[in-house]
Amino acid sequence: MNHWAFVIAGYAIVLVGVGAYAAWVLARGRSLANDVPEERRRFLD
Amino acid sequence: MTATSSKATSVIGWAAIVALAISLLFGLVLSPPEVNMGDSVRLLYLHLPTIAVSYLGYGITFIGSVIYLRNQSTFWDLLAGAAAEIGVLFTAFVLITGAIWGKPTWGTYWEWDPRLTATTVMFIMYLGYLAIRRMELPQEVRSRRAAVIGIIAIFNLIIVRYSVQWWRGLHQGQTLGIDTQLDGLMLFSLFLGVVAFLLLGAWLLIHRFRLAWLERQVEDMRLARAITERRGESGGTKLGGALS
Amino acid sequence: MLRDAWLMASKDLRIERATRVGVGQILPFGGLVLILFGLAITPDIQVTAAGGVERPMLAQAAPGLFWITVMLASLLALGRSFAVESADGNLDGLKMAGLDPAGIFLGKSAAVAAQLLALEVVLGLGAFVLYGPPLANLLLLITVVILATLGITAAGTVYAAVASGLRVRDTLVPLLVLPVVAPVLLAATKATEAAVHGSGDDGWSWAMLLGVFALLYAGVGMLAFGPIMEES
Repeated sequence: MNHWAFVIAGYAIVLVGVGAYAAWVLARGRSLANDVPEERRRFLD
Repeated sequence: MTATSSKATSVIGWAAIVALAISLLFGLVLSPPEVNMGDSVRLLYLHLPTIAVSYLGYGITFIGSVIYLRNQSTFWDLLAGAAAEIGVLFTAFVLITGAIWGKPTWGTYWEWDPRLTATTVMFIMYLGYLAIRRMELPQEVRSRRAAVIGIIAIFNLIIVRYSVQWWRGLHQGQTLGIDTQLDGLMLFSLFLGVVAFLLLGAWLLIHRFRLAWLERQVEDMRLARAITERRGESGGTKLGGALS
Repeated sequence: MLRDAWLMASKDLRIERATRVGVGQILPFGGLVLILFGLAITPDIQVTAAGGVERPMLAQAAPGLFWITVMLASLLALGRSFAVESADGNLDGLKMAGLDPAGIFLGKSAAVAAQLLALEVVLGLGAFVLYGPPLANLLLLITVVILATLGITAAGTVYAAVASGLRVRDTLVPLLVLPVVAPVLLAATKATEAAVHGSGDDGWSWAMLLGVFALLYAGVGMLAFGPIMEES
């Protein structure tokens, strides 16, 4: 059985998955930031 | 620079990428195949780091929930939520890499072994937690209930783990531990993987937290606007006039 | 606190007596699930159990199928327990009335437990009739049924309260409750298998686990109910 197919599949899924999630978070952050004025952006209580 | 970036995230982000690249080099190329498993051992350099990140995520959710209940801090509330989402994402990776590793190793994608079963239940449990965070309730009520559940979830995890272990133990099934020898270069690759994924997890957490912060601001602004409009409608009181 | 618990429990049971939702809707639902399992797992299939005994799969799986049926029925009972509170299912009025949250929790879960136990007597008989398993240890069986039910209702009441008052309650409660009571399903099935097919020792160990779970969740519920019920 060729293990490399499994290895590549596993790595691909994880890396692509992480990448997609990161892209989503960044993109949504960008779009929401347009609606939020500067003073509310300090990210602290 | 995106909205949720900062110097800190740039540093961590680049560190993560570098660490990831190095760990891929060692994991996929430089380290040898394992005696029993062959090359599928390389999936463990992925599987175990994702386990670390997911547990860390849930741990942060627990801590954040406790602190939030004590001082109503928005920071800890949102951190708990962001950490749970990261935890769920990486638990999905745990299950996927586990299944993909399982096929060449055990011959099947799924085995009812205690850890895999318990992890699946845990995954669904935290999906439930995330669903609670999206409930249509006033924000304080929603956050409080989520915090309570975020705390109880850890105890559920422990109970599920033990009962599933006991359940399979009685069955005299194979203990599907990793009864292999990981040493030298392989152990180092694993270590690199953990470091890389912890950095990655931290980067994702910071960004996701900031996203949650922005979402909360939007929600608050929307609420404030609705209240103002409501006051304006009720016939222009002095208060309404002052606010609009 | 106990007085409040008694108040809640008797109120809920009185509502049940008046509306008969448990008997009229949840019980038939449970019976239906039992029958559906029979349809899904055709009675002819035989399996070889431990010890080389050949048995119909239905009879072998009877304990598990029974407990799944109970769990599904409990979701309905738990949802109903909070639906009766007010138009939108809020516990506001109770908080206003100054009732002790821990007492409210105990009362509500006791009422659901009582209803479930009554259901289980009938559903249990149904399982014996439909699936035909033997019965080795009645005492163990009764103990298991009581302890498991207490655990399910204690845990379920907490999560049903979290989702109370929401339109999505009916889809959220199952998602919240079932993973949490998965250990109960596990332990109850194993213990019931022991009670039914007769391998005593294991059964009582699992029964103990059920008891621990019930106690733990009773404690959790009493602590968590206060924060959960706060409406502001």
